[in-house]
Amino acid sequence: MSNPLAPIGRAAQYVLLALAAFVSIFPFYWMVVGATNTSADVTLGKASFGTALFDNIGKLVTTLDLPRLMFNSFFIAGVGTALTLVISSLAGYGFEIFRSRFREKVFAGLLLMLSVPFAALMIPLFIMMANLKLINTYQAIILPSVASIFIIFYFRQATKAFPHELRDAAKIDGLKEWQIFLFVYMPVMRSTYAAATIIVFMTHWNNYLWPLIVLQTNEMKTLTLATASLISAYVPDWGVVMVGAILATLPTLIIFFLLQRRFVEGMLGAVK
Amino acid sequence: MAQSQLARSEQINGWAFVAPALILLGLFMIYPILWSLWMSLQTGRGMVMSFGGFTNVMRLTQDPVFLRALTNTLTFLAIQVPIMLILALLFANALNDSKLWGRSWFRTAIFLPCVTSLVAYSVVFRSMFGQEGIINDMLMNLGLIGSPIPWLADPFWAKVVIVASITWRWTGYNMIFYLAAMQNIDRSIYEAARIDGVPAWARFWYLTVPMLKPVILFTTVISTIGTLQLFDEPNLITLGGPSDSTLTLSLYIYNLSFKFMPSFGYAATVSYVIVVLVGILSVIQFFLARDRRA
Repeated sequence: MSNPLAPIGRAAQYVLLALAAFVSIFPFYWMVVGATNTSADVTLGKASFGTALFDNIGKLVTTLDLPRLMFNSFFIAGVGTALTLVISSLAGYGFEIFRSRFREKVFAGLLLMLSVPFAALMIPLFIMMANLKLINTYQAIILPSVASIFIIFYFRQATKAFPHELRDAAKIDGLKEWQIFLFVYMPVMRSTYAAATIIVFMTHWNNYLWPLIVLQTNEMKTLTLATASLISAYVPDWGVVMVGAILATLPTLIIFFLLQRRFVEGMLGAVK
Repeated sequence: MAQSQLARSEQINGWAFVAPALILLGLFMIYPILWSLWMSLQTGRGMVMSFGGFTNVMRLTQDPVFLRALTNTLTFLAIQVPIMLILALLFANALNDSKLWGRSWFRTAIFLPCVTSLVAYSVVFRSMFGQEGIINDMLMNLGLIGSPIPWLADPFWAKVVIVASITWRWTGYNMIFYLAAMQNIDRSIYEAARIDGVPAWARFWYLTVPMLKPVILFTTVISTIGTLQLFDEPNLITLGGPSDSTLTLSLYIYNLSFKFMPSFGYAATVSYVIVVLVGILSVIQFFLARDRRA
């Protein structure tokens, strides 16, 4: 019964995965190595560690107001994530749990809007924010992305696995609907929330186009925007750029590793 | 409690849960969409606009920069999305094997790119693809190329860099969807096939792929929408160049609105081209998926 080709297949499997893993990891290595090298070394493709790390950090600290940028980034991503999770999970729960004649029609309408690209919204949104005098504010960045159709869809899918008996039991115990949501639904769905937190935090943290349009002064900029502006120089200082890139990536990496175990679990619930 | 009263309170509760999201979407999505449709019928520069009807649509057909951006965007779509999704499927299939050593390590490594910041990875990629940079060094050391490739200075290679970058960033993301879906497939189906002597590639092609069809459709639609909106990478890695060879529709809209003298009406028209493209492609993809399932 043993297949003579099986060892070859197994070897091919490892080669494929090892290659994919190498290609995936290499740019991270390059980023870290680059942060320790001078700009000239990075340009010339030096792939070993250098001694310019503290020099590069020093230059970055003098070019950018790092504490301020960090605060902006964390504030926007933190508040944005919290609001998105609350509003979108409420909607996902509502769409799945409650029966109503128009429910499916409204939901189908939402899914249709999922395909409207941001480009079609950005000019009116910009003029709207200008009219509301909100250009260059946190509100202008956060508000338009707080109700995420994708996350509503995600929570609705995941809610299909939520045991209705729990809700019935809670009702018999006299809990109000919002209490059920807060004390029964949220704890049960924590894996779903964890996976959504990663996705939503990343979206807010990495947002580039909209902040580029709306945030206009240096003290309002995010770390991401500031890192991007480092390469707009005619000859960018690559060592410094790499330190900036590490700072811009570290928070999402940390969040991912903290929540990783729940992440796949949560994804599993959503695809079922 | 009477049955109808219960039903009514359920209805009210339901809408109360959904309302915040709907209000925000109405304000920041539906209203701007309609506004931008209206705007696409206006011509003029800056804030001075007048009704132009289909003037903007006519202008599209005679605008070489638009046609170039459109061709570029569709080229990226046609090449990048299939490559990425096939790779994601292959990786997921290779990882969906409980006897595989180091499974979670491989999974984490391949997923890691999509945890990076778009801006950070874009600048890192730009530094890697320099004329004297690390990628050329590695390829030359491996003997794959004889002389350095002008990655960012050549229209063809600049497109290749963009495709490679997006593939690097998003393959792991799609892989996770496939992996999650694969783990929901009943193991006994594979056991039965194995006992019947069905080879591994056939189990993949005739069992796994058909069962993943809904997820494949989902990732195709999501990736299509993403690629049609491509902005960050061309803006940061290639700056849309050389000579507009990586200019995308989104980048063109940005340039029309915020880089030069604003031309909001025309930019809105270009943005509706993306809306129409997404619409057409989604319908085609849904149609294809339904057809094959029948």
